[in-house]
Amino acid sequence: MGDPSIEESKKVVEIIEKSGADIIELGLPFSDPIADGKVIQRASERALNAGMNPDLFFDLVSELNVKVPLAVMTYYNLVFKRGIERFVRDCSTAGISGIIIPDLPPEEAGDILRACRKFSVEYTGFVTPITTPERIEKAVEVSTGFLYIVSRLGVTGGTTSISPLKKLLERLKQYEVPKAVGFGISSPSQCEEAISMGADGVIVGSAIVKLVGERKYKEIEEVLRKMKEGCLRGLKRRIE
Amino acid sequence: MKRGWYGKYGGMFVPETLMPALEQLEREYRKLNRDSNFKKELEMYLQEFAGRPTPLYLCRRLSKELGIKLYLKREDLVHGGAHKLNNTLGQALLAKHMGKTRLIAETGAGQHGCATAMAGAVLGLDVDIYMGAKDVERQKINVYRMHLLGANVIPVHSGSMTLKDATNEALRDWSASVENTHYLIGSVVGPHPFPMIVRDFQSVIGKETKEQILKREGRLPDSIVACAGGGSNAMGIFYPFIKEEVELYAIEAGGKGIKKDEKQASHSASLCVGENGVLHGAMTKILQNEYGQILETHSIAPGLDYSGVGPELAQLCEDGRVRAEMVCDDDAISAFYTLSKKEGIIPALESAHAIAYVLKNADEIGELVVVNLSGRGDKDVESVARLEGVSF
Ligand SMILES: Cc1ncc(COP(=O)(O)O)c(C=O)c1O
Repeated sequence: MGDPSIEESKKVVEIIEKSGADIIELGLPFSDPIADGKVIQRASERALNAGMNPDLFFDLVSELNVKVPLAVMTYYNLVFKRGIERFVRDCSTAGISGIIIPDLPPEEAGDILRACRKFSVEYTGFVTPITTPERIEKAVEVSTGFLYIVSRLGVTGGTTSISPLKKLLERLKQYEVPKAVGFGISSPSQCEEAISMGADGVIVGSAIVKLVGERKYKEIEEVLRKMKEGCLRGLKRRIE
Repeated sequence: MKRGWYGKYGGMFVPETLMPALEQLEREYRKLNRDSNFKKELEMYLQEFAGRPTPLYLCRRLSKELGIKLYLKREDLVHGGAHKLNNTLGQALLAKHMGKTRLIAETGAGQHGCATAMAGAVLGLDVDIYMGAKDVERQKINVYRMHLLGANVIPVHSGSMTLKDATNEALRDWSASVENTHYLIGSVVGPHPFPMIVRDFQSVIGKETKEQILKREGRLPDSIVACAGGGSNAMGIFYPFIKEEVELYAIEAGGKGIKKDEKQASHSASLCVGENGVLHGAMTKILQNEYGQILETHSIAPGLDYSGVGPELAQLCEDGRVRAEMVCDDDAISAFYTLSKKEGIIPALESAHAIAYVLKNADEIGELVVVNLSGRGDKDVESVARLEGVSF
């Protein structure tokens, strides 16, 4: 939120809903985003320079006119500085139903999980291709919303080959929590493959953020529509 | 206490991708720490390559002038010109034993980058150094030294293009390369187990100091003074004295005074005026704005120019065991001249902060004082000359 400008980001969210997204992840920019690649780094910088901050973020989100569930994605220091309870309460009041914090492993998430329970906001844990079985248990345990499957080692953006994920998704089959694959998802065929292998959703970040930065709103619609079609094809393949 | 925490500070605030690497690092470190062969190998490198033990030197002229006995722990004489090599040799050896083939590191002024490059060269490991684009421009000589030592320097163009951004980029690299790469962090900062490992490797400074001062004076000093950026030279000399009756002073960069706006502080005094928060994987005292965005910082000493500080040092200050104080740019520069002219030692501008504190407060810090002279000032000659209007 806050890119390409504070006002335009509301419009962007509405376009994304119209193009078929089932959940929309809203980024609250942090000065030092260590889990993000170049595209989201630059977008965060632009948003911060435009004056984006948590107060403004919650105001903007409250004014959004969308029906799909919203999730906030941000870094832990912004949550901690605001006060963990206050942050989660503000999410709940603004209509945000999930929280995603990439730099907060389950070990350090006790306080936020308590607050999430109190205000009925969902929390998301992460697993990666190198997460150990014990850590998978921990991630599943904290995930009240969906489980974030990091498609590969590294940061957001770039491209990803989905096929190595097959094993991980198979290992995760035993857990009922919904699973969404993210990091480097940018094409309909990746979406199709991920869903056909057992993912319940895909998370598209940098591919959209890049177009937002370039104000290519028409393309956002097209790209998302095609990805959604990819997902549906994947689902069909899985059922067959 | 919770694993990896020092009271209120510490922890592991990193993306899930890095957690297995941190767990492996802790496991392997605890194992090797008890392995006498590993210890012997490290000791050999510290002696024969780094030049340890370093002397504890009595400043005769300054002592007389100040009316105290002032000793310097001569880390400026360590190979490379700073205490940094104690840590890089230890971690590089650890990395090698863990089967890693590549080192990455962040650097501000280039001191830690050079020390990492040296350790990598001597142990035959590939080295990539992340350095803010602004620092690459400001510290050309160190960039070239790293190049000579066989390291690859990668300029970082994001954010403020300084040390904190270089650290971000090193963490990003590591999350893609954890399987064959060790992130050789340069101070007692970052997620657990780094603050513990770096403190242990730097504790050689305090262990030697203790032996040397007992031999020379037959007693422990009244106080020990060290500059603090991330806090590694301070933790290194303090650690063996924590349980002793010795006053410990951590001197931060007061820069141009305590001012800040939404994006920048005019100092780097995170212990003195920072607030609790999470930066680079640890809960600690950091310089941030009202929303938790990290501030850019300032110091004349590039090695102190950082928005965070080690969590254990933050806790020791919170507990009142270590006193955090500030010294401004001008006083540090004046101490830089004083030590050069009166004792024949050109100190690093970082270390000059610790000297400056002693020069100003000699009547309040006891009669027997040790300063950790963390580095030599060759790297700063050009910037001090520039202040005088001299260019080469
Ligand atoms: C000579 C010298 N002293 C001190 C420091 C500050 O680091 P620390 O506080 O970790 O000792 C540096 C960092 O580059 C340095 O080069």
